[in-house]
Amino acid sequence: MILVDQLTKRYGRYTAVDSISFSVRPGRVTGFLGPNGAGKSTTMRVMVGLTVPTSGTATINGEQFADLPNPGLEVGVLLDASAQHAGRTGREILTIAADTMGLPRRRVDEMLELVSLTPSEAKRRVRNYSLGMRQRLGIGTALLGDPRVLILDEPANGLDPAGIRWMRDLLTGFASQGGTVLLSSHLLHEIEVIADDLVVIGNGKIVASGSKEELLAAAGTLVRSTSPRDLAHALERAGIPSTLAGDGSVRTDADPARVGAVALTAGIALTELGSAEGTGLEDMFLSLTADTQREGVAA
Amino acid sequence: MTATIVPPDTIEAEPARRTAQPIPTTRLVKVELRKMFNTRSGFWMLISIGVLSPISAGSLLVLGLNSDVTYQNFVRASGFPMSVILPIIAILAVTGEWSQRSGLTTFTLVPSRGRVIGAKAIATLLVGLGAVSVAFAVGALGNVAGSALAGVDTAWDISLSMALQMMLYNLVGMAFGFALGVVLRNSAAAIVGYFVASLVMPGILALLAQVRSWFEDLQPWIDWHYTQVALLDGATNTVKEWAMLGSTTMIWIVLPLVIGLLSLRRSEVK
Repeated sequence: MILVDQLTKRYGRYTAVDSISFSVRPGRVTGFLGPNGAGKSTTMRVMVGLTVPTSGTATINGEQFADLPNPGLEVGVLLDASAQHAGRTGREILTIAADTMGLPRRRVDEMLELVSLTPSEAKRRVRNYSLGMRQRLGIGTALLGDPRVLILDEPANGLDPAGIRWMRDLLTGFASQGGTVLLSSHLLHEIEVIADDLVVIGNGKIVASGSKEELLAAAGTLVRSTSPRDLAHALERAGIPSTLAGDGSVRTDADPARVGAVALTAGIALTELGSAEGTGLEDMFLSLTADTQREGVAA
Repeated sequence: MTATIVPPDTIEAEPARRTAQPIPTTRLVKVELRKMFNTRSGFWMLISIGVLSPISAGSLLVLGLNSDVTYQNFVRASGFPMSVILPIIAILAVTGEWSQRSGLTTFTLVPSRGRVIGAKAIATLLVGLGAVSVAFAVGALGNVAGSALAGVDTAWDISLSMALQMMLYNLVGMAFGFALGVVLRNSAAAIVGYFVASLVMPGILALLAQVRSWFEDLQPWIDWHYTQVALLDGATNTVKEWAMLGSTTMIWIVLPLVIGLLSLRRSEVK
C-alpha cells in the first residue's frame, strides 16, 4: 500500500506537484498517467526519498521510504533505466545491488535469467546496452530483493513487443500474488491492458483517479449494429443522446446495459456492445489533461 | 476488455512484513570498495598503479646514480604515480554517483546518504593504506635489488616518523580529492579542480609570497601544497608545523567537506 497525502513540491516559484493525494492498493496494478512534465517522476522520486517534498508525505506500508531498514527487500524501484554507471557490466550492477541488500549471489543469475539477459550480454558494459536491455536490467534490479511493492517509471520504454508482453505478464502475476504495483507510462494502450486502477495527473494536480472500469464507464458505451442509423433513432426515442460515427459505430454516455435493453426493445441486432474502452482511455486522457497538453488538443 | 478483478476488500490485508535487518556498515564499505574498481575507469586506475609503480621504481635502477640507491628514493619513485592517481580514485568514488547517475540506485537501496558517503570515505582510506603499503614494499624490493646491482650497502633511510608522514601525504591528497568530489559532485569539475589546486595554485601563492612579504608568513598556513611538500619530505616535526598542516586541512578539506555534506544530504538525486 502506497499512500500519498497532500504532497507538494515546489522549485522556487514553480510548483511541480500541487497538494496531491492518492493511494496505490495491494493486489492491483495502478497506472500513473500524465503528459510530459505533469509531475509523475517528481512524485515517484519523493516516494523513494530521492527528492525532499516541500510539504506532505508519501508512505509505503505506513512508513516513510527513508525509514525502511533495507528498502530493496520491500520496494523495487526503477526510475530511469539509463541512470547506471556506463562503465559497469550488467552483472556487476546486479551484484553490487545484491551485495548491498545482503542477498546471495545466485539471485543475480536468477534475475539475469528472469529478465532474459544472456550471460554474454551480462558481461558487456552498460554503455553498450540498448535502451531495452537497460530497461530489463533495471527491472531485474527492482525485482532482486523479492519486494512486495514495485514503483516503476516508464518501464515499457524501449522494450520490444515480446518484452512488453513479458513485462505485462510479470506485473499482472506480481499483483495477483498480492503485490502493489505503481507504474507510469505514456503508452496508453499498455496501461489500458495492464492497469486495474488509474491515477491521472496534469499540471501537478490529480485530475482523475479510481478503478479503470469507473473511469472508462464515464467514457461511455460503444455499440455497433448492422443498422446503425436505426439504432441511433431508437436511442434518441429512448431519450439517450448518441453520436453516429463515420465507421458505423454509435457512441453514447449511457451504460451498456441500458443501450442493450433499448436495442432489444427496438428489435435491432447488435454486433458489438461494450464500454468505449478501445479509444476510451486516450479520449479520457486527452480530455482530462487538455488544459495541460502542450499541443492544446481540443477535448 | 473483460478483466476479472478480485474484489479489493479480500486482499486489502498486506502480507506480513518481513523483519528486515538494517544494512551493516561493514557491508556498505565492502560494496563501495567493489564499486571503486568494477568500472572500466576504476579498473584501469588500479592496473596503472600496479604497473606504473614498479616501472617508476625500476627506472631509478636503470637511470639512477649509485648515490641514488636509497630506500627513500625508491619509495618516492614507486609512490609518485600513486600520489597522482589515488586522489582521482577518491574523486570518482564520490562523483560517479552523480556524473554517472548511479546514485539513483545507490540512494534508493540505502536512503541514508550520510552512511553511503561515510562508507565511501572508509573504503577510500583502506585503498590509500593499501596502496601506500604497496609503495613501501615495491620500494624495499627496488632498494634491495638496486644496492645489490650497484654493489653498495643497502641504505634503509626512512624513519618511522617519515614513513608515517609519507603515508599521511597520500591520505591527505585523497581526502582533498574526496572533499572536492563531495562539494562539486561532478567528475570533470572535481578532477580539474584538483589539478588547479595542486599544480596552478601553489605557483600563484609562491609568487604572491615573493612579492608581498606579509604573505610569506601567512602562506604555510593557507597553502595546501606547502604542507603537502613538508609531509612528503618528512619535515613536519614541530608543533607549529603540525598546526600549519591542521590549518590547511581545515581550509581545504574539512570546510568543503562540511559544506558539501550539508547540501548533499538534502539535494535532489536526479
